[in-house]
Amino acid sequence: MSKTGSIITNVGYLDALARQDSPIHQLDPRAKLLTTLAFIVMVVSFDKYQISAMFPFAIFPIVLIVLGNLPAGYLMKRVLWVTPFAVLVGIFNPFLDRQVLLHIGSVEISGGWVSFASILMRSLLTVLAAFVLVATTGFNTICLALEKIGVPNIFVMQLLFLYRYAFVLAEESGRMVRAWQLRAPLQKAIGIQSFSILLGSLFLRTTSRAQRIYQAMCCRGFEGRLHPAKQLHWTMANTIFLTGFCLLFTVFRFTNPALLLGKLITEIFS
Amino acid sequence: MSHHIVQTNDLHFTYPDGTIGLAGVSFRITHGESVALVGANGAGKSTLLMHLNGCLLTMRGSVQVGDLPVTKKTCAAIRRSIGMVFQDSDDQLFMPTVFEDVAFGPMNLGLSAEEVEPVVIQALERVDATHLKDRPPYKLSAGEKRRVAIAAVLAMSPDILVMDEPSSSLDPRTRRELIELLQTFKHTKIIATHDLDLALELCPRTIVLGRGRVLADGPTADIFADDDLLAQSRLEKPLSMQNCPRCKGKLSQNQR
Amino acid sequence: MHMADALISPAVGGAFWAASAGLIGYSCKKIKSELSDSKVPLMGVVGAFVFSAQMINFTIPGTGSSGHLGGGMILAILLGPWAGFIVMASILTVQALFFADGGILALGCNIFNMGFWTCFVMYPLVYKKIVRQHHSSQSKLFWGSMIAAVVGLQLGAFNVVLQTVLSGISELPFAGFLAAMQPIHLGIGIVEGFITAGVVAFVVKAQPQLLEITIPQADKSPVSIKLVAASLLIAAVITGGALSWFASGHPDGLEWSMFKTSGAEELDTPDNAVYDKSSGLQEMTAFLPDYGFKESEVAVAAEETAESWPAVSVGTTVSGLVGGLLTLALAFGIGFLLKFKRKIPSPAVS
Ligand SMILES: Nc1ncnc2c1ncn2[C@@H]1O[C@H](COP(=O)(O)OP(=O)(O)OP(=O)(O)O)[C@@H](O)[C@H]1O
Ligand SMILES: [Mg+2]
Repeated sequence: MSKTGSIITNVGYLDALARQDSPIHQLDPRAKLLTTLAFIVMVVSFDKYQISAMFPFAIFPIVLIVLGNLPAGYLMKRVLWVTPFAVLVGIFNPFLDRQVLLHIGSVEISGGWVSFASILMRSLLTVLAAFVLVATTGFNTICLALEKIGVPNIFVMQLLFLYRYAFVLAEESGRMVRAWQLRAPLQKAIGIQSFSILLGSLFLRTTSRAQRIYQAMCCRGFEGRLHPAKQLHWTMANTIFLTGFCLLFTVFRFTNPALLLGKLITEIFS
Repeated sequence: MSHHIVQTNDLHFTYPDGTIGLAGVSFRITHGESVALVGANGAGKSTLLMHLNGCLLTMRGSVQVGDLPVTKKTCAAIRRSIGMVFQDSDDQLFMPTVFEDVAFGPMNLGLSAEEVEPVVIQALERVDATHLKDRPPYKLSAGEKRRVAIAAVLAMSPDILVMDEPSSSLDPRTRRELIELLQTFKHTKIIATHDLDLALELCPRTIVLGRGRVLADGPTADIFADDDLLAQSRLEKPLSMQNCPRCKGKLSQNQR
Repeated sequence: MHMADALISPAVGGAFWAASAGLIGYSCKKIKSELSDSKVPLMGVVGAFVFSAQMINFTIPGTGSSGHLGGGMILAILLGPWAGFIVMASILTVQALFFADGGILALGCNIFNMGFWTCFVMYPLVYKKIVRQHHSSQSKLFWGSMIAAVVGLQLGAFNVVLQTVLSGISELPFAGFLAAMQPIHLGIGIVEGFITAGVVAFVVKAQPQLLEITIPQADKSPVSIKLVAASLLIAAVITGGALSWFASGHPDGLEWSMFKTSGAEELDTPDNAVYDKSSGLQEMTAFLPDYGFKESEVAVAAEETAESWPAVSVGTTVSGLVGGLLTLALAFGIGFLLKFKRKIPSPAVS
């Protein structure tokens, strides 16, 4: 299964990136989580025809990518890979909203195209921010932050287990599909009937595995709660990071420095 | 010391679907002994081991560890003295990183995050796996997983080590290292295995299981010398005990 | 049918975050009080199971195209509603973080769309009513799974439409979007229903005791109709709240809305409605019938615009674009400067 393979590789790679050591990686995951959330809320809170005011927001992922020592090219590729979703829904805007909004030279641009561009911009920024968060923090550390923030222990455990066994089961299902393919060489993809049976037996294997895992947990004293072995340390740097960026976002959100700058420039030139 | 004895008495167990797992197993293992548990696939080895720490509870007969009978109530206490290494390491290594996995047991015993660190490091050092500390378990090789699984059990400082097929899916070199590692442990050891050479090297005593019953119990060398018993319990003489003429005979047979 | 961050407004995102967080918290409480610890790893691994099952493509009969599994209904049946919901939520969380399927703000919407209807509505009200016991007949099992999966997905798709339109980022009109989404998801739902029924039938045959985790509670009915009604009410209130928040506190910067019309139907709307405050309000209250929502949005937007943005010139746009590109360049500049100071290669793709 090349698809399964590539997904696993990508997840693994994001995790490998998260295991680096950089000033950003050293930050408390809670600081990064909250800042990212603030970033996303600010970006999507713009109205649908807004484009220029979003540009300054790019500074956040860019700074994190650079300081966090992340491969910009790879992340951009991943971001573009996701974009089709936004395109699919946004592409209707130019057809539905045809009122001409502005002229650049003799070219007329309709509101639909502007809002479409705005959707793409949103998609780019929010998706990039999510990837940057994972690549500088790592899934398990994010879970730890969630636990500290007050997310129920059961849900956090659930996330950890899901993440841990997704790899094992992806391999297992990959093996099953391969075994199926070897005995059905003429079919291109699995039919619904065989797929259900395949899933059913995968499920049975899964439950017996879950039982063994539970036994292994009990053998080591599990009593319904997971105790995180890692501690978090909230330092001054985290406070600065969080408040600094949130302030910056607020300023960007309500002043539109890009527009001011642009006005300045265009006035100088005209 | 009666503390580390393991004793079973006429143990019976039937799975919910009606499969008979154990049909009357009795033995007594005393402090410091190393015992191999051998038998064909489905003989009941894993089922038996699950009874020793109360993962499965007996339907008839009894299990006793130290001074305590294994019951629902005593399970928790007994699990602190019995460390179990599972057949499939993936079942045992469920935490995100090796460190956290090894820390899982001690944390459940109530140690704080600070107290736990030296315990974990020490356990990893004993199996020579300190360098794997921050790796996620799913990326480890089978041998590394096995080491970490053993460390996770050692971190709880058990008195008795119970292992289910510790050498399965290990390459010869890793298997050799594992045997050497296990030889350094002074714990009472109960090892279920298909690797009869390993049994011969590590365990002076062997119990043979077949269809949920004890077929034989005695010194390992004697048991592996008994051809009838081996045939009856679907086992083969360890390679190290097979002399060359016989090898040759087998080879020529195979070639025909 | 993942909602994306790019398509929702903070109000809609926030409201559904709150709804989903509340449901997660409540489900966790329920699980803790009702189920043994052994369910914890089971849920985790079953989550991983659905997660990896989603990666397998299969052919949809008669079409030759391929689909993949959603999983909400299967989870509800195999694990029960509370655990099923938690597991669905965790799957979506992992997807949001690693594949940016949906997104972090839209996560609340997605959890609600794909978990709420299946686990808390279709499972207790449809599936359980039809399939009273797992050893009931094959056809009951089949229809129970099928109907529950199809309707559950329809409701989810309806939510997507509602959230999209409420957010007002996409121009898609309510009726039109709905007309496209529901039939598409009918097809997907039927496929999902076949798979759900197939897997459940297989598990029932092979190990019926597995499903007894959920079934002994059948009499007690873990989710009462009252609770469902209450949840629906809460959902409605939240949605309504989000809507009014959206309508009244529409964010600033609507300079362009004045010029906007949406598609042919809207062109008929008399332009002077824009200047008529009272008719604008009327339109606003007449939400949902037809494309009324669109008009009210225009009206409200126009109102605000008329007050606070009297002049909109093309010049603003041009300077906006110029400035935007400049700030972007500036941001990259800062990035390069920082990069210059730190020269460590990123790890290679393994
Ligand atoms: N969860 C289960 N449900 C039903 N029957 C089971 C279960 N686990 C094991 N059995 C049955 O119990 C018997 C003993 O199995 P057990 O796993 O103890 O054998 P084993 O000696 O460990 O075999 P192996 O060498 O293959 O690991 C077998 O017949 C097996 O089919
Ligand atoms: Mg076994």
